[in-house]
Amino acid sequence: MTAAAKPSPLSGERDVAVVAFAQSTHQRSTDQLSEVELVLPVLQDVLKQTGLTTDRIGFTCSGSSDYLAGRAFSFTMALDGVGAWPPISESHVEMDGAWALYEAWVKLRTGQADTALVYSYGKSSPGSVRDVLTRQLDPYTLAPLWPDSVALAALQTQALIDAGITDEPALAATAVRSRRAALGNPHAQLRGSADAEALLREPYEVRPLRRHDCPPVSDGAAAVILAVGDAARALHPRPAWIRGIDHRIEAHQPGVRDLTESPSTWLAAIHAGAFDAPPDTAELHAPFTGQEVVLRRALELNDAVAVNPSGGPLAANPVMAAGLIRIGEAAARIHRGESRRALAHATSGPCLQQNLVAVLEGEQQ
Amino acid sequence: MPEVLSAPLIVEFPFTRSTGPVLGAFLTGLRERVVLGIRGSDGRVLCPPAEYDPVTAAELTELVVLPDTGTVTTWAWNPRPRPFQPLDTPFGWALVRLDGADTALLHALDAPAPDSGDPCAVRTGLRVRVRWAAERSGAITDIACFESLPAEEQTS
Amino acid sequence: MTSAADLLAAVAADAPALAGVEPVTRVTLPARLAYTYTPGAAQSRFLTGLADKRLLAERCPVCTRVYIPPRGVCPTCGRATTEQLELPHVGTVTTFCIVNIAARGLNIEVPYCYAYVLLDGAHVGLHARIGGIPHDQVHVGQRVEAVWDDANLGPSLAGISHFRPTGDPDADPDTYRSWM
Repeated sequence: MTAAAKPSPLSGERDVAVVAFAQSTHQRSTDQLSEVELVLPVLQDVLKQTGLTTDRIGFTCSGSSDYLAGRAFSFTMALDGVGAWPPISESHVEMDGAWALYEAWVKLRTGQADTALVYSYGKSSPGSVRDVLTRQLDPYTLAPLWPDSVALAALQTQALIDAGITDEPALAATAVRSRRAALGNPHAQLRGSADAEALLREPYEVRPLRRHDCPPVSDGAAAVILAVGDAARALHPRPAWIRGIDHRIEAHQPGVRDLTESPSTWLAAIHAGAFDAPPDTAELHAPFTGQEVVLRRALELNDAVAVNPSGGPLAANPVMAAGLIRIGEAAARIHRGESRRALAHATSGPCLQQNLVAVLEGEQQ
Repeated sequence: MPEVLSAPLIVEFPFTRSTGPVLGAFLTGLRERVVLGIRGSDGRVLCPPAEYDPVTAAELTELVVLPDTGTVTTWAWNPRPRPFQPLDTPFGWALVRLDGADTALLHALDAPAPDSGDPCAVRTGLRVRVRWAAERSGAITDIACFESLPAEEQTS
Repeated sequence: MTSAADLLAAVAADAPALAGVEPVTRVTLPARLAYTYTPGAAQSRFLTGLADKRLLAERCPVCTRVYIPPRGVCPTCGRATTEQLELPHVGTVTTFCIVNIAARGLNIEVPYCYAYVLLDGAHVGLHARIGGIPHDQVHVGQRVEAVWDDANLGPSLAGISHFRPTGDPDADPDTYRSWM
């Protein structure tokens, strides 16, 4: 693969940092809560962490998908949780909150605001998320066949196995590692794991994937506050600076792509400056075990990097928030001094069609 | 704590979509039991056809008639079919590269389960053929699914 | 612009089955998704109250506005509206319209009158049908009261058939002007 010449590093004047992160405790179902009731405590948490109120936030952006709720424009009602009066500068993406964060980052970098509130949520429980996700597929050639998200991930995983890049024991080991790491994450849904040998005795869900290779179905929400330069320094003693962030997308048709590779992740990583120095941590939005394999290769991560110490999406997968949570988890580690340089990745579309990579660092320039 | 209320919510999309020239031609082909690909900017044949080249974004117009046979490039095995999927008995999902095409088409594969010892079982490299739907209207479902070619036509 | 017919004509020599056929120009692809909707805590309380002919609302602890139907959050302040209260069944028409087209699937006789009714004590209008009066006599400021559909009570606004004039003099505009 070749790439265009790498652009110059982002200038220092309007460095953007994550200064707060909060997430709900992710669960299989939250029947007793509406979406705004789910989101409100998370919003209150990040505002409390920073001492900000919504009237002092320059820009608000959220990510969610009405298809999870089955109700068009349902995302507008979640905005009640922000308190949008007097009217605020606000936007929404029908995507994972990681892309809402990207939009907020652009606003901050271009000087239109100094602080931003980014939030995302997803209640997968009302519908069958596996089948709902078929609605994002090409409406002429793919959607009418209803190939669910597990089936598509299974096709990708079999391609990896055929190419000798991974095998079922290695995939099971990924699941075990992730869910045992989640024991340290009180927000995760699946915490702890049986041994790989026991997992491999279970029946296939869609071969070659077994249940453990798949993410849980989760309801959850997350929020992040971004700030620029001195505003960030005033809001957190150790801001998690976004040194670079970029996203790229590939062709939609799975049959046109090499499903064992992720050129869009690699390209986004180059443009985000991910290869400028080795990270100590990488939070990867890989809902399926095989996808972690693809992403590790694209990001050239070796065993020295702690991958998904939060447990990752295999431990909690609130669709539409899981990508934002990767950025938040990476930032939180930097805040706590557990990481100095972290990659955070988010994905969208079937079989890792679209990918976002962010590079976060703890020291100031 | 109030009683948790719930109610069924059914969402139906009865959309009719315009197809444009390329997809219209492709679906016409399917209705007539002809598989069509399209030539890309670099000469490679794409099936299903794309309106624009995935690399150069050039508008594509040169259709290519393909046989109804192909090879499985990757697969998955679905033991529990879900609503609206092409078959209601266990089946394979497959990316099938039609003979003469350079890209693959996703569809269902009605073949014996993998590792069943059957030479016609689902696997990468399996030689397959379109099973046409009895009633065709110009949709991807005019291909009911793929099925294995006979054992003597399988490569090892 | 090239049409499907043009593209097909170019390959008809290789596929005689395509010669002269009517090209596909549209495809109908029905889709159906089944969900289970759960209204959440605040709205469940409200709906359950309707089954008992009660109009439940919530008040914001910061701005003190009262919301009905309640949603658990104040949209002005972004705070949880924890204070529960019950409202009387009377209120004031703050705006209305006459609808001449019944939406598909809506079982209603047209024309019908649709209004916002500011219940006494609320700061947000409740949408409701006005009945029991010729449409040209409906007006802003009119005092109206709920008429329940006793045969259809349940956790639903369908339990309220409509609002009818109480016969009282119109409300003082100062009581509703800010909330129109």
